[in-house]
Amino acid sequence: MPVVRLQQVTYYYPLTETPALQDINLEIEEGEFIAVIGPNGAGKSTLCYTLAGFIPHFYKGELQGTVEVDGRSTQDSNLSDWVLRVGLVFQNPFNQISGAKYTVFEEVAFGLENRGVPRNEMIQRVEEVLEMTGIADLAARSPYSLSGGQQQRVALASILVMQPKVLVLDEPTSQMDPIGTREVFGVIRKMAQKGMTVVMAEHKMEWIAQFADRVIALWEGKIFLEGKPQQVLTDERLAEKGFGVSRYTTTARLALSRGLWQAERPLPVTLEEAVSGFAAIRNGQSKGKP
Amino acid sequence: MNICVENLSFRYPNGVLALQGVSLEIASGEQVAIIGQNGAGKTTLVKHLNGLLQPTEGRVLIGDWDTRKYSVAKLAQRVGYVFQNPDEQLFTKTVAEEIAFGPRNLGYSKERLQTLVEDALQLTQLQAMRSANPYDLSPTWRKMVAIASILAMDTPILIFDEPTTGQDAASVGRLATIIAELKQRGKTVITITHDIDFCAENFGRVIVMGNGQVLLDGSAKEVLGQEAILAQTFVDPPQITRLGLRLGLTEVVCTPQEFLDVFETQCAA
Repeated sequence: MPVVRLQQVTYYYPLTETPALQDINLEIEEGEFIAVIGPNGAGKSTLCYTLAGFIPHFYKGELQGTVEVDGRSTQDSNLSDWVLRVGLVFQNPFNQISGAKYTVFEEVAFGLENRGVPRNEMIQRVEEVLEMTGIADLAARSPYSLSGGQQQRVALASILVMQPKVLVLDEPTSQMDPIGTREVFGVIRKMAQKGMTVVMAEHKMEWIAQFADRVIALWEGKIFLEGKPQQVLTDERLAEKGFGVSRYTTTARLALSRGLWQAERPLPVTLEEAVSGFAAIRNGQSKGKP
Repeated sequence: MNICVENLSFRYPNGVLALQGVSLEIASGEQVAIIGQNGAGKTTLVKHLNGLLQPTEGRVLIGDWDTRKYSVAKLAQRVGYVFQNPDEQLFTKTVAEEIAFGPRNLGYSKERLQTLVEDALQLTQLQAMRSANPYDLSPTWRKMVAIASILAMDTPILIFDEPTTGQDAASVGRLATIIAELKQRGKTVITITHDIDFCAENFGRVIVMGNGQVLLDGSAKEVLGQEAILAQTFVDPPQITRLGLRLGLTEVVCTPQEFLDVFETQCAA
């Protein structure tokens, strides 16, 4: 049984006449890792807010259709209960960090304090999550003294510590260095393997291809493509519509027109796929020589 | 206008030593990317160029101005700085007013002010949004407003702090066009970025920072193929460069076109 179910979801922000989401139908299984892609303005953040209950509870506006997590709908719940089901990591950590805490440790404990978790359990959970997200050494620093990438880790830690059933992330690595990005994708993958359901809006195609189970491509508020990462991420309609495309895909498409990529081979999204494709061409050519 | 950073060290009040003996020169009209892991000192370094931070040791010269002797307001005539987070710099009611604020404070004539604002609107493709409130725009366009408001100051040196963060493909393309145009105009552009592919495709010179020091400084081709040193500061070579390295190409490549040209030649050989 799917843990997340969206049926005929259409949403208008207050005072707008064009829907930000339109006729979205989506079912997500427990432990699935979904990547949501799309140009800016396609509805990625809006979908994140809808899953997290910020729509309709915070942003108001008009929500049609049903958004259910674990058999309950957002419309019939309040936000303080909903946060236990769905945790949202904001795109901009500056907007998520409470401003009420002096240290990273306290910041990460903030949600647990508000849920009245016993002190000992709280300390243990915070320590675990700081370790997992690689920021244990920043525990005593002020969240505002950190770099953008470090703040994004704090934002992630303060949601993971709540152990939500569904983890929603809105471009959680946008300010991180590449190795930070890899670590964070690794942590999130691990959470998914433990049964946490993950929905992540993201632009980094190579990472999506390696980590996500399914990709949803949004375009003007609608689901435009949906499927396995390799299949969706190499679809030639993506570039036309302003989606980001992996450089490996771009290079191979160019190579195809120059006879440097085998026509029957799927286009690559990751380094490994590109390496084996080009190696095959080179071996083929050297064998073909007298 | 040359930039000269001499043996610069900086310690934050909390004791963190963010820069240790950094020395570099940037010539007038250069396009430089600064890369390196979070916490490497990239932002700390560029905040010294417009006087937002003052050296604990060493000095920074912008042309003949020592930043210790000039106010931030004065240095703003020479160095424009686009913040990482546009929300930290936007505050007026319309896009056009926001863009006019910087140049007006530099005391430009009315005519020049108008020309600069129009030029900035056009470069960032914001013309249709000139009367909008910046906070009604999406973060992508808000970033363009932040960029436009610095472009309009017409400074010889421009600094972009992670301009590609959270931008989609179309917006990154716009940025590349702006940077190319600034190069044409002879401006010095210094950009901090984590988008190593963007860096490979748009910058002639790359400075790699790690632990408050300069690890590498050279042309994109010299720097971006050095996998081992880049790894010290948690950076991978660009996708195309990695592909070339893995396939054993003898030349460092930075763009798909370069890769295919070199690959084809080496296959035929």
